[in-house]
Amino acid sequence: MMSFLSYFISGVSLGSIYAIIALGYTMVYGIARMLNFAHGDVIMIGGFAIFTAVTTMGLPPMAGILIGVVVCTVLGVTIERVAYRPLRGASSLAVLITAIGISYLLQNVALLIFGSNSHQFTSVVNLPNLVLADGKLNISSTTIVAIAACIVIMIALTTFINKTRTGQAMLAVSEDRGAASLMGIDVNKTIAVTFAIGSALAAIAGALLCSAYPSLTPYTGSMPGIKAFTAAVFGGIGSIPGALLGGIILGVIENLSKAYISSQLSDAIVFAVLIIVLLVRPTGILGRQINEKV
Amino acid sequence: MAILEVKNLEVYYGVIQAIKGISFEVNQGEIIALIGANGAGKTTTLQTITGLIPAKAGHIIYEGKDITKVPGYKLVSMGIAHVPEGRRVFAELTVLQNLKLGAYTRKDKSEIDETLKSIYQRFPRLEERKNQPAGTLSGGEQQMLAMGRALMSRPKLMLMDEPSMGLSPIYVNEIFDIIKEIHKSGTTVLLVEQNAKKALSIADKAYVLETGTIALSGDAKELMNNDQVKKAYLSE
Repeated sequence: MMSFLSYFISGVSLGSIYAIIALGYTMVYGIARMLNFAHGDVIMIGGFAIFTAVTTMGLPPMAGILIGVVVCTVLGVTIERVAYRPLRGASSLAVLITAIGISYLLQNVALLIFGSNSHQFTSVVNLPNLVLADGKLNISSTTIVAIAACIVIMIALTTFINKTRTGQAMLAVSEDRGAASLMGIDVNKTIAVTFAIGSALAAIAGALLCSAYPSLTPYTGSMPGIKAFTAAVFGGIGSIPGALLGGIILGVIENLSKAYISSQLSDAIVFAVLIIVLLVRPTGILGRQINEKV
Repeated sequence: MAILEVKNLEVYYGVIQAIKGISFEVNQGEIIALIGANGAGKTTTLQTITGLIPAKAGHIIYEGKDITKVPGYKLVSMGIAHVPEGRRVFAELTVLQNLKLGAYTRKDKSEIDETLKSIYQRFPRLEERKNQPAGTLSGGEQQMLAMGRALMSRPKLMLMDEPSMGLSPIYVNEIFDIIKEIHKSGTTVLLVEQNAKKALSIADKAYVLETGTIALSGDAKELMNNDQVKKAYLSE
């Protein structure tokens, strides 16, 4: 029982990280109507930025995270400006291929600078573990911090979208870009803000991910990126609560199948569940029903 | 004085020319109607004025400034509001959220609240339904919301695209009464309509568009009695 609880909690924690990454996919999709496949690699760049600041330069972890957030935000906004904005109005296939290209570009730049060897990431969380039930349940502080970070981010983001002008502008752009521009909303700026938020969250996800799984390579962001994308689709792409739900469910399924079925098969199980969900509900669990206007 | 001048405007969709060099002007305080059949270029003209579609050639002058190349979103704070064809309210947002987005370019909160109050006075049904998603409103109510949303920016010039489209006759009359009221309170109106009879009845001047060119223009009352107009657009 205790071991189940422990696997479950670490699944929720892993899922929280997926959820934070999935937010980047889902917000960008909701507002810019594109799949930013380079998002996972922005996480990896964030990881290396924090690694450089904390492990190489010896800065305190909080400063490292801040640097990571700044680096990723600038990177995300630059990618949008240079690679995606010129393609606004182009076919979605062109945008998708560009995103994949950016993904490889980021991986290769990291490969060039940091090499292909794995780097030992110093955890940004230095808190004691939580020991419950007379030592039968030992939850690592990294696990707890990831869940807490996810809760704080979800609350902050929901408040931002519902209470601020920029948040309302994001909702308007996601529903009807043309009508939003008729309200006086600068659509390009709104999309840039969305990329900035998604990329800043990618840095935080990078810090949490590398603290939980401390081996950092240029490919570190790739698999979590794909899984978080799966989580976003699973929950209903475009939906923020969907990203949370999808992320957590995915993390729990992955961890429990690793523990009880097979660690080799866990990814296959995760994606099998995705396929089943999409067969039953093509828009994902919380996705809006598609009623495209002609 | 002309608040809006369109000079030799040409618009293309790909290689197809939708607007073939039209010119017209809207004077301060007027209601101007653009009438014509489906595909004549009425909506394209409005969408080009507010920057949703780029112009290929020609000029759009607003209050003496050339706005042909000004990005659409900047025109709202200059005083141009556009009630688009098909209303295009934000269906998933509430009525109140829609109205507040209409005031997106304004900063003063107490002034915005005042405008909101005046819009609720003009459209009491919007206040009754302020917390409802806009998508749950009837067509006529959505049209009122689209107009209220545009009025939230306190425009000097309001472009309205087919406000009566798809509405029941009772709503059509109500919408035209509202347009008259909006005009009376000092807003210049450029109205695009397929309902030529109604449009000509409230307009000062009108332009008849036919496949991207202006076929006829003049005083609205005179056009109403023009045999050609009667035959083609007033189904008499």
